[in-house]
Amino acid sequence: MSAPLLEVENLRVSFPTHQGRVEVVKGISFSLGRERLGIVGESGSGKSMTGRSILRLIRSPGRVAADKLNFNGIDLLAQSEKQMRAIRGARISMVMQDPKFSLNPVMTVGDQIAEALRVHEKISGREVRDRVIAMLEAVRINDPARVAKLYPHEVSGGMGQRIMIAMMLIPEPDLLIADEPTSALDVSVQAQVLDIIDDLIRTKGMGLLLISHDLNLVSRYCDRILVMNAGQVVESCAAGELSNATHPYTRGLLAAMPRLNETRDQLPVLDRTSWGGT
Amino acid sequence: MTDAIILSDLSISYGETQITHDISLSIAKGESFALVGESGSGKTTVLRAIAGLAPQWTGDISLLGKPRTHGIDSNSVRETQMVFQDPYGSLHPRKTIDTVLSEPLAIHGIGNRGERVEAMLQAVGLDRRFRFRYPHQLSGGQRQRVAIARALMLEPKVLLLDEPTSALDVSVQAEILNLLKRLQREQNLTYLMVTHNLPVVAFLCDRLAVMRHGRIVEVATAARLREGSFTDPYSRELYAASGGSH
Repeated sequence: MSAPLLEVENLRVSFPTHQGRVEVVKGISFSLGRERLGIVGESGSGKSMTGRSILRLIRSPGRVAADKLNFNGIDLLAQSEKQMRAIRGARISMVMQDPKFSLNPVMTVGDQIAEALRVHEKISGREVRDRVIAMLEAVRINDPARVAKLYPHEVSGGMGQRIMIAMMLIPEPDLLIADEPTSALDVSVQAQVLDIIDDLIRTKGMGLLLISHDLNLVSRYCDRILVMNAGQVVESCAAGELSNATHPYTRGLLAAMPRLNETRDQLPVLDRTSWGGT
Repeated sequence: MTDAIILSDLSISYGETQITHDISLSIAKGESFALVGESGSGKTTVLRAIAGLAPQWTGDISLLGKPRTHGIDSNSVRETQMVFQDPYGSLHPRKTIDTVLSEPLAIHGIGNRGERVEAMLQAVGLDRRFRFRYPHQLSGGQRQRVAIARALMLEPKVLLLDEPTSALDVSVQAEILNLLKRLQREQNLTYLMVTHNLPVVAFLCDRLAVMRHGRIVEVATAARLREGSFTDPYSRELYAASGGSH
């Protein structure tokens, strides 16, 4: 494996409350090469905040601090807003959870994808159009020329998510952060969308940070997994080793999931008192 | 013994659009039955028609041996209640838990409300200190417990569950599933649950129907689900997408 694409050391994110500043990410460290890393955890574990802090998307009064937050040798925390704008999208991009809320409702799909490209590259209108169509084809949309002219409300959820992926991948970033990319989608469509992401990541040799609450899904699509709870990484393991996880929280999560061949009469429940969760 | 729910040739429409086509099903008393399928397959619409929320249908719906009318009437409401998907959206934000739980009792002129509310909170595993709180002061799992408690206040026989755990975390989902299983055993309830999560069906249900494009493509027992021995190609596809290896 090459030198790490992303190095994170002692990342902390905090927000002010009436009771003083609360840390939602409490000093996590990891590095990511051109591989697929999954972050799993439940609501409030800080997994999304981790993803957002890499893109410096956490606004004041939220505060991000880290000993090291390096992307390809660039210190992300030292970049100006303007420099960050050149990195966002072009070098690191992010697929959000719900296409319904993340696509611009008054712009056609094709124009939105083209915008993602035009912002970062100076190329002719004709070439932009060709690349938009090619990208829509790459995310397996039938009849891309027609779909490019549609508005977001005219496409289904699964198609919307594929359009968002197209938009995020068209500037050919080095790192893709996917925050719950399929949780708004049906099971049958989920697999398709993840296969597309997987395929594009492999062929373009990108890094992927997949953030999800779904242990099974992450273990299927990632090489390595970080399990987060209450702002900390409680376990880090290879995806194939997930079933041998040792931390009680990870084991609790695995056991609490019903299985397809379920025969247990009762599901084991996490003892939340030991972690101070909800 | 009569069946709890019998649907025959049920076709439901919203305006001009027909959503389901000739759905026929019978669900026994005390059975736990699941409707699975992708979004837009009409599974929630079936629940809504049974609950009286989608009044535009043809065919027959029979609840506990009595034919159901198209609107909402107080008898059918007492026997059939629905739990909605999103506990964040289904509880009134400006009503306390006590108000939410007392309301059905007040509507139906049932007395002894305070005691009933306390007993129900206990039955769904909520501490009594939650009684005078507002929904925003509760976590998602606690809210779903309140939503289940609300549905059970009138002591219905049939519970319609619309994706009761899909908005919840895995560990909270486990708690709610355990609760639903226990309540069914204790109160001899009949469940009709809509979900797209096959493992949840394997845990909670006795039988399931796979729906697609407003039609039932297959009815199978939970045992067949556990083995993964579906006969319809679409059901097999759904099984494979859920991580089943057959």
